[in-house]
Amino acid sequence: MIRLYRALLHFYPASFRIEFGEEMAAVFAQRRAAAGPLARVGLLLEAVADIVPGAVALHWEVLHQDLRSTARTLRHSRGFALTAILVTALGVGANTAAFSVADFVLLRPLPFPKSQGLVRLCEGPPTGGGWGCMNQLSPANYRDFKDMSASFEIMGAFYRNAVNLVGGGDPQRLTIASMTSEVLPLLGVPPVLGRVLYPTNGGEPDARTAVLGYGLWQSRFGGDPDVLGRTVNLNGVPFQVIGVMPPTFHFPSRDVQLWTPLVLREEDFADRTNTYLEGVGRLRDGVTLEQARADLSVVAARLANEYPETNAETGISFFRMRDELSPRYRLLLMALCGASLCTLLLTCANLANLLLARAAARERELAVRAALGAGRERLVRQMITESVTLAAIGGAAGVVVAVLALPLLARLVPPTLPIAGQPSLDLRVLALAALFTGVTGLGFGLIPALRVSGRTGLAALREGTRSGGGRRQRLRTVLVTLEMAVSVVLLISCGLLIQAVWRVQATDPGFVPHQVLTLKTALPRPKYDSPVRRAEFYRRVLADVRALPGVQSAAYITGLPMVMTGGIWRVVIPGREVPRDGSDAVSLRFVTSQFFRTLSIPLHSGRDVEDGDTGDRAYVAVVSESFVRRHWPDEDPLGKTFEFRDEVRVVVGVVGDVKVRGLERTNEPQLYLPAAQVPEGALINYDPKDLVIRHSAQGVALLPAVRRIVRAADPEQPISDVRTLEDVVAGETATRRAQLRVLGALAAIALVLAGVGIHGLLAYTVSQRSREIGVRLALGAEPAGVARMIMAEGMRLAVFGIVPGVAGAYAAARGMRALLFGVEPADPGTIAAVVGLALVMTVAGSLVPALRAVRVSPMSVMRSE
Amino acid sequence: MVLDPGDIADHLPLPPATFHILLALAAGDRHGYGIIQDVEARTDGALRLSAGTLYRTIQRLLEQGLITEPRKPNVPQGDPRRRYYRITPYGTAVARAESLRLAQLVRLAKGAGLLPKPA
Repeated sequence: MIRLYRALLHFYPASFRIEFGEEMAAVFAQRRAAAGPLARVGLLLEAVADIVPGAVALHWEVLHQDLRSTARTLRHSRGFALTAILVTALGVGANTAAFSVADFVLLRPLPFPKSQGLVRLCEGPPTGGGWGCMNQLSPANYRDFKDMSASFEIMGAFYRNAVNLVGGGDPQRLTIASMTSEVLPLLGVPPVLGRVLYPTNGGEPDARTAVLGYGLWQSRFGGDPDVLGRTVNLNGVPFQVIGVMPPTFHFPSRDVQLWTPLVLREEDFADRTNTYLEGVGRLRDGVTLEQARADLSVVAARLANEYPETNAETGISFFRMRDELSPRYRLLLMALCGASLCTLLLTCANLANLLLARAAARERELAVRAALGAGRERLVRQMITESVTLAAIGGAAGVVVAVLALPLLARLVPPTLPIAGQPSLDLRVLALAALFTGVTGLGFGLIPALRVSGRTGLAALREGTRSGGGRRQRLRTVLVTLEMAVSVVLLISCGLLIQAVWRVQATDPGFVPHQVLTLKTALPRPKYDSPVRRAEFYRRVLADVRALPGVQSAAYITGLPMVMTGGIWRVVIPGREVPRDGSDAVSLRFVTSQFFRTLSIPLHSGRDVEDGDTGDRAYVAVVSESFVRRHWPDEDPLGKTFEFRDEVRVVVGVVGDVKVRGLERTNEPQLYLPAAQVPEGALINYDPKDLVIRHSAQGVALLPAVRRIVRAADPEQPISDVRTLEDVVAGETATRRAQLRVLGALAAIALVLAGVGIHGLLAYTVSQRSREIGVRLALGAEPAGVARMIMAEGMRLAVFGIVPGVAGAYAAARGMRALLFGVEPADPGTIAAVVGLALVMTVAGSLVPALRAVRVSPMSVMRSE
Repeated sequence: MVLDPGDIADHLPLPPATFHILLALAAGDRHGYGIIQDVEARTDGALRLSAGTLYRTIQRLLEQGLITEPRKPNVPQGDPRRRYYRITPYGTAVARAESLRLAQLVRLAKGAGLLPKPA
């Protein structure tokens, strides 16, 4: 019982417990001895009621005292306080921002009810592998997967599409998704208006209905609550609005603003190779992802058996909806988090150093206080209160830093996930900031506090201001070398990534992006079902645009390189076997005349697509060099034929290869077909949509004229995606550059902190050794020699930091090799540059202390003794 | 030691527990349990100090210099393991000032007819 009482005493502040705990226990023991057995229980309850509130009051008192004295001391050393707060703000801010983005993208549950059960299903290679949706599903395969697997509570399918929205303002290009009736209900997000269940019209859902995204509802309908029942005109077809989704709802990706029903009819199930659907499902309770995968693999094997013609090479790509993220993104974010953690470590080391220096200066004060009866615990607590207060102020400022940094980091949020574009500042992020603040406060406060309280005895009093404290000096040295090492790691990583970006940017895209304006005019079906009507639109627009002053050439293409990355088809070379591994894949585009000239894609032999290549003439094709290398390596490709969708095409021209999928990816050979040579009703999605204009001067200045031309050709035709081709190419490296900016900022902070650390340590050393230096100078030492001594000290620190730093950087670089785009982790140039930079920083940091050492006056030093 | 009256007045009014502890110590050096027993006896059991209240008050009184911890307590059969406390002249002055204040109040109460006049 007495032991229980002693345990209770731990509620009190340590200083109080140590002072009075023994006495209180004695009082309790005497009371207990005086009480009867029943009264003893009451005694214990009484003790709880006595101790707990009393302890709270005491803690509060102590805190109040410490805060007051903290405020006093900080007022006296404003520079120190400001530095500490600023450094903490940067450290906490950077980490909060980086980790909230990482948490938002990688960890946080998607904004759907019970989102962990949501999965995506697509076709993939039979062996698995790859990430995300490898290949779309055909309706027949989708139906079979749905019917034959038992792992799903519910499954649906959708495909993404783009339509022209006409009426109520300028015509607008919209990204939409057509989804089977299961999809919206299975996601489980209730609409803010109306409903998500499609009304039925004689057994099957009414396909002419639409659910609006919140953004579209606001922008197009001004948030009108009576929007239900109104119609929207999509590609010339009226759709009735039946619901509006909340602002947080995104599916399947952020850019989709409207959802329409997808009704699959019997004829849709005929062709198993017509793949355009993506599956989405909710797992049955208790079914794991792996069980479901096994289940689906069995189905895939059965289908391969039943339909060997079409399904022999068809497997599944099956993943949690959460995980639709490229591994590169993951690595990018993790590299960023690692870098911010490094900065935090650096922040702590720097602040600990500052505090150690300060503690050394305050040693006498603390020793006096200890001598006057303040217990060790009391002093530690006071110092921790000080550092935590500093950290808390810094942390609050850090939240502001994080808020400012988030828009910059938002570029790192991939648009493919069904989440908002930017993490919001919520409790979770604030908790994260608080955590980092706490870590920082304790991290930089605890070591100095324990160190100081360890030597508050008479020794400190006696030694007075001269006490250097060898051990403490060593600790500070270790901290400074650690700072150096961390900043070297960051700088080298940053340098390598900069080189990687340069390399990516230096990659020849295969075309010249300068002075090319692009915009999209997607012709809606069924309005433009007639090939004549389409040809007429292209002819009018292109003729008028080409006639504009300053325009050198203009053309239409199915999709811009690096924007449209898919469009992969197979071709058959007569007399050759069809390869099973898909190595006959080509990237298909329809173009009008002048396309190659407009993008400055070199024409190696033969001719360009011409206006005369119409549907009633022989079907021709222009192919890229790699196409020729693959199929006719040693022959003249002109005049050769191949089959595409059972049509025979003649090769009439060979052009250079283009990085269709992007600068950092491998690309299929390209196949260009004349826009007019397409069988009626086929390949609707491959209508040329993108207008490219090569001009001599001001691209944007052309825009009003181009708008007028398009409006004259078709007043209902929207123009969208206006941008320069340079922007398109720059977009390729946007994520990398965003990451680099952040990483670069972190590395710069790190370098400065390391320099400040070296400066602080050396300045302290000089002040501690001023007596020794004075004696040396008095005895005739050369001032230059003294300066050299201090500089050498700085260099020693730097080298001790740089060596492990380079090793650490090499390890880090190997870890993120996938991001380096072929740059060697041990790139000598980068390492040399960084080491040089670190040494320059060291010299800069040592200079002032060295000068101060030279200026030490022997006389004044002697006098002060 | 010069006692500043204004300084003394800063302590008033004393919390009842504090006053009782000072009263107990005014009679002689005591340890914690001794104080509790003394206060209990003095008030006929009406005020039983808890250990927490007692030592928090003692801590404050020590800090304020109203009591002190004598090296050799002036007690006939003291327990050498216990810590004893002694009222300082300053503490006595504060206790006296509090007593005067209370007496003043009692006089006022009598003047208002709230208390029977002394016989």
